[in-house]
Amino acid sequence: MSSSRFVITVIGLDRVGIVAGISRVMAEHSANIADIRQTIMNDLFTMIMLAEVKGENVDLSAFQEAMSAIGKELGVQVIVQHEDVFRFMHRI
Amino acid sequence: MLIHPEEILETINMVTNEHLDIRTVTMGINLRGCSHPDIKIFNENIYTRIQRCAENLVKTTEDIQNLYGIPIINKRISVTPIAIVAESCHADDYCSVAETLDRAAQEAGIDFIGGFSALVQKGMTPGDLKLINSIPQALATTKKVCSSINVATTKAGINMDAVAMMGHIIKRTAELTGDRAGIGCAKLVVFANAPDDNPFMAGAFHGIGEPDCVINVGVSGPGVVNSAVRALQNPNLGDISECIKKTAFKITRMGEMVGKEVARRLNAQFGVLDLSLAPTPAVGDSVAAILEAMGLESCGTHGTTAALALLNDAVKKGGAMASSSVGGLSGAFIPVSEDQDMIRAVQRGSLSLDKLEAMTCVCSVGLDMIAVPGDTSPATISAIIADEMAIGMINKKTTAVRIIPAPGTKVGDMIEFGGLLGTAPVMPVHNFSSEVFIGRGGKIPAPIQALTN
Repeated sequence: MSSSRFVITVIGLDRVGIVAGISRVMAEHSANIADIRQTIMNDLFTMIMLAEVKGENVDLSAFQEAMSAIGKELGVQVIVQHEDVFRFMHRI
Repeated sequence: MLIHPEEILETINMVTNEHLDIRTVTMGINLRGCSHPDIKIFNENIYTRIQRCAENLVKTTEDIQNLYGIPIINKRISVTPIAIVAESCHADDYCSVAETLDRAAQEAGIDFIGGFSALVQKGMTPGDLKLINSIPQALATTKKVCSSINVATTKAGINMDAVAMMGHIIKRTAELTGDRAGIGCAKLVVFANAPDDNPFMAGAFHGIGEPDCVINVGVSGPGVVNSAVRALQNPNLGDISECIKKTAFKITRMGEMVGKEVARRLNAQFGVLDLSLAPTPAVGDSVAAILEAMGLESCGTHGTTAALALLNDAVKKGGAMASSSVGGLSGAFIPVSEDQDMIRAVQRGSLSLDKLEAMTCVCSVGLDMIAVPGDTSPATISAIIADEMAIGMINKKTTAVRIIPAPGTKVGDMIEFGGLLGTAPVMPVHNFSSEVFIGRGGKIPAPIQALTN
């Protein structure tokens, strides 16, 4: 693993408060937003964030649980994955 | 952002909709230091050794699964062929060893443990003989133990005495697990040119020449390839090959990343990445569906072997580009019971045992998870094995037979194994006898292909 950066993907129907809700939970887990993109794909709201987490011992499962909980609240799907999976798969 | 959003969504779609997964993380454990004349001490030794090596295997793979968001379906262990490490034991059979392996697997929380195995392509030692004779009982009394016997190689030829014997062993294994549709046979593979580093069951064992402890990873993804091929607009076969190659590349990269990280965290060596399109009973996660996506009305019809050759080769090329540690079987699997569209092809009469045999000439394994009528004779089973071994021997490739003569069944019956093993339609075999041929015994000598030095 080369870094502690996570890609957070949010997919669902657009509504007020998605960005606010997601970024609040990220702040609670000391996750800094390094980049953010959003788009509508196949009629679905899609937001992709690159989050930086300082320190080696990130409690990933607690962070993932909190993110899916807020996702449920907002009616969207939230996926948290280490960025390396995309880097490895699509880049040489 | 260095990574394009479309690439991120493509990866997520592969996992959530197209069943992309790491099929197995298999830890290979050397048991050569466990030998002891007293089988009780030997069993204690292997139990302790497996515990020590694998105590964090499941926890670590689960951590990695969460980290990357890629499902890891099975955690498995392969060990040095038991016939080798148990040879010095003073015991009449090795059933207690299988029970010990089962207990160790249970304790480690893994799905299967492979290596109740013997390599007898040129002949049998007393230990090999004891192990083979222990198989029916061992597979009937254990849940997680898998057994494999290598009876042929390109270098040594085919040990037809062993082939003849395996026909009886398979029948006996089916009888002893007759109350569970002969499921013992689903855990038993007969090989030609068995690979030392295969992470897939039931044929995994930790070969001679392997390191002390190694992580081998099996990646799958027929669903992803199927979707990619179906998304092409009016492609020619070159376009299809190119598309499969690119998809295989991506899948392999992901597998290698996972394998290396698991190995690093467990202080084990990273062995190989085995990219094998292994179907599951899930809809669309099917090798037959890929062949049908190429334009065949039903898998098994004329053209199937050519389509499978294209698929298997493109998968290998994509894999070889993506990783320098591609090994194991790497190709396409055609296990009938585990592939919905293959089952359908058998039911509608387009896929026969003979066609499957032809298909094994161009894909990575052999006759896999095939149910035949319960009254199929041992000689017929041996003859089916012999044909498959000949294909492997002459073509310098791995072939295998995993066949289930489920007691009391007849052609057209469906046998339910459950889980990843799926549902097998009972297929007809030829009714003409092979008894005399198999009864002759001896060896089929190594072919001219063996003389490469």
